[in-house]
Amino acid sequence: MSVNKDTFDPTREFNYDFESEGRTAGQWRDGGLVPDKLVATHCAFCGVQCGMYLKVDGGKVVGVEPRHYTHNRGSLCPKGVVAYQQSNHPDRLLYPMIRKGGKGSPLERATWDEAFDYIVSRWQKIQAEHGNDAVAIYSGSSMTNEKCYIMGKFARVGLRTRHVDYNGRLCMSSAAGAYDKAFGIDRAPLPMTDIPQTDCLLIVGSNVAECFPVMTQWLWRARDRGASLIVADPRETPTARTADLWLPVKPGTDIALLNAMLRVLIHENLVDEDYLRERTNGWDAVRAEVEKFTPEYAESLCGIPAERILIAARLYGRAETSLILHARGIEHSSHGVDNVLACINLALARGQLGKVGGGVMMITGQGNGQGGREMGQKASQLPGYRHIDVLEDRQYIADVWGVPEPDIPGPGAAATEMVHLMAEGDIRSCMVVCSNLMVSLPDNTIVQKALDNLDPLIVVDFFMSETAELADVVLPGSVWCEDEGTTTNLEGRVIKINAAVDPPGEARRDWEIVCSLAERLGRGQFFPYTSVRDIWEELRIASKGGVADYAGITWEKIDEQDGVFWPCPSEDHPGTPRLFRERFYHPDGRARMSAIPYQPPAEEPNADFPFRLTSGRVVYHYLSGNQTRRIGFLNEQAPEPWVEIHPHAANQLGITDGDIVRVRTPRAAMELKALVAPTIRPDTLFIPFHYGHRHAVNQLTNPAVDEGVKIPEYKACAATIERLDTAITEPRTTTAKVNFTPETRPKMFPYAVGEVNQAPAEKSH
Amino acid sequence: MVKTMFIDPSRCIGCRACEAACRECDSHKGESMIMVDYLDRQWSVATQPTVCMHCQDPVAPCAQVCPVLAIQVTPDGVVQQAEPSRCIGCRNCVYACPFGVPKFDSEARLMKKCNLCYDRTSQGLQPWCAQACPTQALWYGDYEEFVNQREGRPVNVTNFGNQEVQTRVYHVLPDDKPRLDVSMLIAEAEADVKAATSGASKEAWVL
Repeated sequence: MSVNKDTFDPTREFNYDFESEGRTAGQWRDGGLVPDKLVATHCAFCGVQCGMYLKVDGGKVVGVEPRHYTHNRGSLCPKGVVAYQQSNHPDRLLYPMIRKGGKGSPLERATWDEAFDYIVSRWQKIQAEHGNDAVAIYSGSSMTNEKCYIMGKFARVGLRTRHVDYNGRLCMSSAAGAYDKAFGIDRAPLPMTDIPQTDCLLIVGSNVAECFPVMTQWLWRARDRGASLIVADPRETPTARTADLWLPVKPGTDIALLNAMLRVLIHENLVDEDYLRERTNGWDAVRAEVEKFTPEYAESLCGIPAERILIAARLYGRAETSLILHARGIEHSSHGVDNVLACINLALARGQLGKVGGGVMMITGQGNGQGGREMGQKASQLPGYRHIDVLEDRQYIADVWGVPEPDIPGPGAAATEMVHLMAEGDIRSCMVVCSNLMVSLPDNTIVQKALDNLDPLIVVDFFMSETAELADVVLPGSVWCEDEGTTTNLEGRVIKINAAVDPPGEARRDWEIVCSLAERLGRGQFFPYTSVRDIWEELRIASKGGVADYAGITWEKIDEQDGVFWPCPSEDHPGTPRLFRERFYHPDGRARMSAIPYQPPAEEPNADFPFRLTSGRVVYHYLSGNQTRRIGFLNEQAPEPWVEIHPHAANQLGITDGDIVRVRTPRAAMELKALVAPTIRPDTLFIPFHYGHRHAVNQLTNPAVDEGVKIPEYKACAATIERLDTAITEPRTTTAKVNFTPETRPKMFPYAVGEVNQAPAEKSH
Repeated sequence: MVKTMFIDPSRCIGCRACEAACRECDSHKGESMIMVDYLDRQWSVATQPTVCMHCQDPVAPCAQVCPVLAIQVTPDGVVQQAEPSRCIGCRNCVYACPFGVPKFDSEARLMKKCNLCYDRTSQGLQPWCAQACPTQALWYGDYEEFVNQREGRPVNVTNFGNQEVQTRVYHVLPDDKPRLDVSMLIAEAEADVKAATSGASKEAWVL
């Protein structure tokens, strides 16, 4: 966590939280004492998918209780503890809205019929005049497998467009592409419960403590058994603080470090030649490529002292079992796939893939980031991780869906490409589900232009996100605890989410919205679902025989076994928690190693922009912050972004801690507070990305993408920082927090203890 | 064996899951009785959680100095928050606590502090903060369990000048000997890295 609470105004008004919610003390005392029921489910947020119980009383979700699930054991991070507060949130969208006066007019309330008619009539017109591909679907992965499956099917069978993609493009496509290329399967090879078996943890490009806090306990269990921890990160994050070795790598230069470590392993005879000979292809090319990466050469590229690289390689190489954990730090790069392949080379050279607790493990970010990229909502993908350009795959899915195979469209544009097609007018309408493009896509001037160009832009969301504010039609969807289904967590464990309450107001479940649209498009016969279970049963059949095989998983089995790991080809198969024990998933059973030459980031510092800007996360917020910025406790810890800068750099520029400064990149500039601390490289700046409008760091970031998988390079661009001539002084109030009013102050008998009314904070719309 | 809380600040990642969880308690919803503080953000990201230490021997200082015996101690040694029916707002407890735990709420005229989630622990559940803590920096269990599973030396006697306070809650201090001899590895590495370039890499800022 990188925020000092004193930096922000401590008397700042809350967003929604119990303190401002307006419950009386009596409601505190009586409500929630013994709830009607406890609903077992998992968290709304990150890929760990912690188990939890939701307390439901009087048809509302009133709290959370710990649940001893296999991988979180009752632990929850702060987001998980307050996640339930999304359910009754005053910002919930309760009815459909349409910009009835056209672009530029305000959103007005409409009925569902009006909204559906508006959308369908325009879609039919656009597709008739400009072709089926003029309408696109932009989906997301923070929703159940069933919904992800429906989105892909709706695009191809309902709308018959080739353009469907999702926000996981921005997140997991590097790791997916690399694992697919190297192993033939895109999944973490071991469960978190195996992590304690390792002797050395090498974390490259992941701030586990802030992004997957509950996973940290597994790292500590390994360390309690003697494992060493090496962390490569431009900042000294909470993960790096207690590491045995911190490698302060320059953003975007990780290949130099990884190749240099591999060269040390080769020269010190720490390579497992037998394993390489029996289980891999391509080692010779890799060995030749890394020869030039001496520690000194690597130091000149990546900025880590040569001794540290040597020590890291020795610690890693001398460990019997070692595990590399990696995430967006290296994957958000114009050569993200290559970065991950370089990690894979290291793990294969040490013969770790297939060992219990060893190998390389991608850490999937979104709650259903893993499942969401298998269900066919990806641009070139069909359910079960099938490929849309392979005839057998198309034929199988066509049979499952009951459509002729030629009717299934070809591959479409990736999410990062879709934005350009929208800006140029090739895509004229888009439905956005479970995503907030105005915060999450890079260089958001282009995104604004693209979204303004769409007519209509339809957004399905449960809060008025920055993207929904630009929409022509806003449809109120359901939050996670209002629907049931499965998600697949970062381990590849398929788990069950259960519904606790019904959606409020006129909000509908996302899959119900999509089925209604399909019906009105005249394609309802392909979406005959009356319950989520119907979708799940079809999903199982659709994924059968594919790489991501869910055929043998049932909801009952998930409850019995605490989750089932795919591939699970038949009902009597127990699932596959550990991969690669005997073979990899290419036809010859071998892993493929690729020689990775050094590539710099797309935009490196120059005279005008001497710093590297990297963007990242805080523990309190999740993705675009659309959910977490609205929950008082979370938002109070980090209400605004800041820029982290090292004291050496700050002194030279005359910046002191707390100053408002301007950070500029070739694209735009933004003004924000400075946090001056030595826990970052002096040549690097860091800004968290969870904020919107003028606080969005994606105004500044570089839209360059990895050529193969189209993931943007969020983690490295060139920037400069300057003091403003006059600092903006925020008005400070000195009213103290009021806990009790005279009416509710504790009296002798009877007395009430708890919070009291405070007027809810004014909302801006 | 008696179950108690163990605080290991080296594992604290500052996520404030404990604060979020403590605020969920029905009896003081919205207020956290555990505080997580940066030691010095302008130096490092190190954080420290502060809970009531449930002092034992002598009698908890806050309970000892309360003129109206508002601070009760259960038979198993858990120090409760001030009884609203007795608390007169004198703030003696706030001054007496060596750890700075009790907070006085002027509007409520009541001292508030952690009571080890007595409503949960008396039924065999864990306190919410220890249950939620993602890194097990806050850990609830008994002494033998801790020593068998974890590294670190749990200590429950704290010296304040000439005075000693024994507490129910343990602080976990680092083991005397670190497991990994990084200095030996550094010496080994320096010998192998070419002398010409290694001088350039001795940057003071690299922590």
